[in-house]
Amino acid sequence: MSRSKTHRVLPGFPLTLGYTLVYLSLVVLIPLSAVFLKSMSLSLEEFWAIISAPRVVSSYKISFGISLLAAAINAVFGLIFAWVLVRYHFPGKRIIDALVDLPFALPTAVAGIALTALYAGNGWLGQWLEPLGLKVAFTPLGILVALTFIGLPFVVRTVQPVLEDLEMELEEAAASLGADRGQTFWRVILPVLTPALLTGFALAFARAVGEYGSVIFIAGNVPMVSEITPLLIITKLEQYDYVGATAIAVVMLVFSFILLFLINGLQIWANRSRVRT
Amino acid sequence: MGAGVVSTWTIHARRFEANAATREPTWLKGVLITIALLFFGLFLLLPLATVFAEAFRKGWAVYFAALVEPDARSAMMLTLLVAAIAVPLNLVFGVTAAWAIAKFNFRGKQLLTTLIDLPFSVSPVIAGLIYVLIFGAQGWFGPWLIEHDVQIIFAVPGLVLATIFVTFPFVARELIPLMEAQGREEEEAAIVLGASGWKTFWYVTLPNIKWGLIYGVVLCNARAMGEFGAVSVVSGHIRGRTNTLPLHVEILYNEYQFAAAFAVASLLALLALLTLVLKSFVEWQGRRSMHHSQEASEVIS
Repeated sequence: MSRSKTHRVLPGFPLTLGYTLVYLSLVVLIPLSAVFLKSMSLSLEEFWAIISAPRVVSSYKISFGISLLAAAINAVFGLIFAWVLVRYHFPGKRIIDALVDLPFALPTAVAGIALTALYAGNGWLGQWLEPLGLKVAFTPLGILVALTFIGLPFVVRTVQPVLEDLEMELEEAAASLGADRGQTFWRVILPVLTPALLTGFALAFARAVGEYGSVIFIAGNVPMVSEITPLLIITKLEQYDYVGATAIAVVMLVFSFILLFLINGLQIWANRSRVRT
Repeated sequence: MGAGVVSTWTIHARRFEANAATREPTWLKGVLITIALLFFGLFLLLPLATVFAEAFRKGWAVYFAALVEPDARSAMMLTLLVAAIAVPLNLVFGVTAAWAIAKFNFRGKQLLTTLIDLPFSVSPVIAGLIYVLIFGAQGWFGPWLIEHDVQIIFAVPGLVLATIFVTFPFVARELIPLMEAQGREEEEAAIVLGASGWKTFWYVTLPNIKWGLIYGVVLCNARAMGEFGAVSVVSGHIRGRTNTLPLHVEILYNEYQFAAAFAVASLLALLALLTLVLKSFVEWQGRRSMHHSQEASEVIS
């Protein structure tokens, strides 16, 4: 390592690093700093008044609360999904595996209108659910469905490779020491999967909090009931309230940064525990 | 990822199923597969099927009319144009960044890698907002741009900028771990033997990262063509001028032209399916070439 520091054999370091830093600054860092600079035109009291207004606070509760719930649903079902894909053999498995990434590939607006049509009163699922008193489209429940959809691949794709790397001998050893399958799962397999599972959960959560396209069609967008924070930013922009939009964006950005560093830490932990096993 | 080609994938599952110590009872296996399939049907298959069912609800004539109509055609052209600018720029950036990060040691490398991932954790709405704050009428450069009659927001350049931002990390984050894993011995050998930097990259590095590169570009392109939130903020929704395909879908939907909205949406859904097919193919190729090079190195050693 230190050898290459003293005299590098490979060329192009100053050029590539320089270009990387310039492009990163121009496209990402400087534009993002605009949000913070703009919000500084507000006094602290004004800033606080905007971000703690009742309609804004209720949008946080909806966005963060439902995102958390959707990520939790994905953690449970994503784990089962990854388990079934890695451990069992059944027809159609390869196609199902490929389609897991559909929420990444399908434009969010398409997902939004498709889910709305599916769960509306006359939709394939809505016509069965509504007589049961379960209204999904145009309610907070619709937001949950959309956020579960877009977060689905994260847990599956983070847990799957770890599960594939798991040695069979580990579980054989547990069995030969007298553990039943349940004990082996809870005491041996789950601890190894935990870092990946938490990473997937955090990624799904982060994505859901910022999500816009798939939610707005199905949410109904009633202030205080089903209005998400990203929509509130758009609403303020449409009213030419740039300062208001920016103040709320600062709250979301700070939260995203915290989550990003948390996810980074989780990934380092996940990689370490993978190497150890 | 697990080692090997298609068949080893099945073998892996079969090994666990054949061993009495690592096998679940049949009823439990049945329950788990049923849960997974139900979840799959409910959240993936039904929404996808809905798009096509709704698109053809009023017949083929309405479907095709919605696709050849002038506004739809100009939306298609704009979507292609935006992707044709944004994807190559991020491709060049991805390769450059991966070269610097994977082939050299320097302080702050971890931080730089984290910062490259930043756009993924920013809400698309904020990705649009930042460019409005800079180039909008009331933004930093607003007055100057108006004076010189240059329009960025509510025009094509704004769409391109927002798209570059949301697709920024795709190629880089695919290549960095791949090139780190491959080390630098092969490139160093080429340089020592007298190859130029360019030749080394072209003949040594590029063949090694080919599949990872294509993988990143395929995902980058899918997002570039499908982005909604970020472009929605900077577009201004001017029909025939600043409407990309996803925005066109929204406009049709809000005008209650459901069949037309789903017809255009079905195009985007086909693009998504094509992306998944390409992605699976590239993964398969990548695994195969990894498998081959592993075999080769085992033979040598």
